[in-house]
Amino acid sequence: MIDFGYGISPSSAINLERFDRARFDRLCAEEPDVLKCMACGSCAASCPTAGHGNMNLRKVILLLGRGCDSDALAMTRSCMLCGKCLLVCPRGINTRHLILSINKIYK
Amino acid sequence: MQDRFISGYHDFVLPFMIGMIFILSYLAIGIIRVIIQLPAKDRKKFFLSLINPRLWIINLRDIICDVLLHTKIWKRKPLLGYMHSSIAFGWFMLIVLGHIETWMFVPDRLSTFYYPVFFRFFVMETDHTIGGSFFFFLMDFFLLIVLSGVFLAMFKRIRSMVFGMRRTTRNQLPDRLAMYCLWAIFPVRLLAESFTAGIAGGSFLTRPMYWLFSNFLSDTYHILPTWWAYSTLLGTFFVLLPFTRYMHIPTEAFLIVLRNAGIKVSHPRNGYTTAQIYSCSNCGMCIDACPMMSQKKNLRYATVYFNRLLRRRNWAKCEISADKCLMCGKCVAVCPVNVDSCNIKQSLRAMRAVPAASDYSYFNTYSAPEPSPEKVLYYAGCMTQLTPVIYKSVGTVLDKAGIEYTFMDRDGGICCGRPLILAGRNEQAQEMIRKNTELIRQSGATTLLLSCPICYKVFRENYDLKGIRIVHYTEYFDELMRLGRINIKNSGEKIVYHDPCELGRGCKVYKEPRRVLGAAGELVEAEKHHDESICCGGSLGSLTLSYEDRKDITLHSLDNLMYASPERIVTACPLCLKTFSPYSPKKVSDFAEVVAQNMN
Repeated sequence: MIDFGYGISPSSAINLERFDRARFDRLCAEEPDVLKCMACGSCAASCPTAGHGNMNLRKVILLLGRGCDSDALAMTRSCMLCGKCLLVCPRGINTRHLILSINKIYK
Repeated sequence: MQDRFISGYHDFVLPFMIGMIFILSYLAIGIIRVIIQLPAKDRKKFFLSLINPRLWIINLRDIICDVLLHTKIWKRKPLLGYMHSSIAFGWFMLIVLGHIETWMFVPDRLSTFYYPVFFRFFVMETDHTIGGSFFFFLMDFFLLIVLSGVFLAMFKRIRSMVFGMRRTTRNQLPDRLAMYCLWAIFPVRLLAESFTAGIAGGSFLTRPMYWLFSNFLSDTYHILPTWWAYSTLLGTFFVLLPFTRYMHIPTEAFLIVLRNAGIKVSHPRNGYTTAQIYSCSNCGMCIDACPMMSQKKNLRYATVYFNRLLRRRNWAKCEISADKCLMCGKCVAVCPVNVDSCNIKQSLRAMRAVPAASDYSYFNTYSAPEPSPEKVLYYAGCMTQLTPVIYKSVGTVLDKAGIEYTFMDRDGGICCGRPLILAGRNEQAQEMIRKNTELIRQSGATTLLLSCPICYKVFRENYDLKGIRIVHYTEYFDELMRLGRINIKNSGEKIVYHDPCELGRGCKVYKEPRRVLGAAGELVEAEKHHDESICCGGSLGSLTLSYEDRKDITLHSLDNLMYASPERIVTACPLCLKTFSPYSPKKVSDFAEVVAQNMN
């Protein structure tokens, strides 16, 4: 993609070359549940940080898939690990362990 | 009664002496190491406890009850209790009586270490004295007691179910060798004493055996080999001891002294924890108790195996085991030695936690709640936010009772911090504790009402809220009921109460919710209740347990609750409510909901 150095809005282009497959595979090995996510957003809707912090687990998984690792990691910093997302997830994802694993692998 | 040998020595005592010197030096070094590894303030506590006469009495009582008589096992399973106390108390009495008879009949030999152990080999009876036969009777009697215990122990290996244990620990090679030694020690002692009964005399057990053997065995040839065998077995047992489960025999007394000094787990392996894991008798009570054991593949995560791995410092496997644990505390509740495994696992998690940067600057956006006239502050917590029925019912009850309160996190609040502590991130949890404390202090409340047991535990243990009464709504409603501020009518419905782990075992609140529910309906008990209640499976304690595994635990726990076929299951924890609801065959309600429904 050609970067002209200016634009009207911040670029929303996805550069898949930045996606680190090896790292993501390690995450999948640590917590296979990450692949179960269907991005319904229940986790974000129930999150106690909503309206205060900027944690959004759906978005974290999305960002990881797009190769925006540092943005994803920055989001998890405001997580309180309270486990509400664990209880509302319709796919039964072990969200707390997923967040801990992301912190461990993408540090 | 007098000496048979002028020297008072025979070569066969050597194996015993080698074993004994080994184990005593091992223990001495171990105890010194534990004391050195204790944090300075704990070490001070320990030494102070040694000069406190009141603690001496408590220590003595606990050592007699737990180490010798095993009262805790008696209460749970009498036959198992008899097995333990017969071996422990019987053996203890044999040692004590051995010393007493040495002191009475050959006082010069009391300084010879092995003499009381092999007393009957070294003495001969010149005439039948009353004193001598009295002691011989006692010795034979206690030997019989020990033998009965040993036979029960052998039988337990074949049919553990008879003792009320569905599963028992898998032993490893050193454990097995030591176990066979232990089984053989007392029968061989009986044989040795029987063969010697012609010279040294005997009582109701050894003398008939001597007569029996003398009919077909030329006894004098059997005396020495059997004493050699007895000494060798003792020596082998002592040498094996540090590498086996039987290490709990000498270490438990030390653990009791440390515990009564008020020392808590501070490191996952060193210091106090060393005393704890060496005192684990690998009895396997925790295997049947653990809710995870409803699936066979989880057997390896039982606390007993965790302790064993920790003894060998197998950190990788320990971590897996610790991360799986639900932290429900049931293994601690049933443990005969009170090994505080939950805290050990938690400190392991804290030590192995990956350092992660956190950013809680958004905490500043929360503002302090307005004070209410009665200064009651209600903190619902994250989990209650997911179950609106709870905070609505709490509101109904408080309104009807005429209590004005402030809802601290009506529009969402900061987590209490316990989930982070459970994940081993103590530092981050401190930020939450600090901010919540600040908000609560600013509100000017004098009573903090909680509806989530998870929050309740952390507020009681980790927060510094002096002057503010921290109360769970089960306790608060019970108090309101007794003060007559709320009236509850009996609907006659058959209700079973589920003890949430954090409220029951965690905070010891059992009777208050039962008293209120007893007034609201016909209260029945589950098969396992109070401190033996089974975790709902939703616990935040487990980090890695999968959804499917949790579901299995939930179904198992529900089976347990349906024991007396109740019409409704009542719990006092939002997490339990949320976990049970999808799978329960009967309606699951929250405590507050039941109270609100049955109010006049």
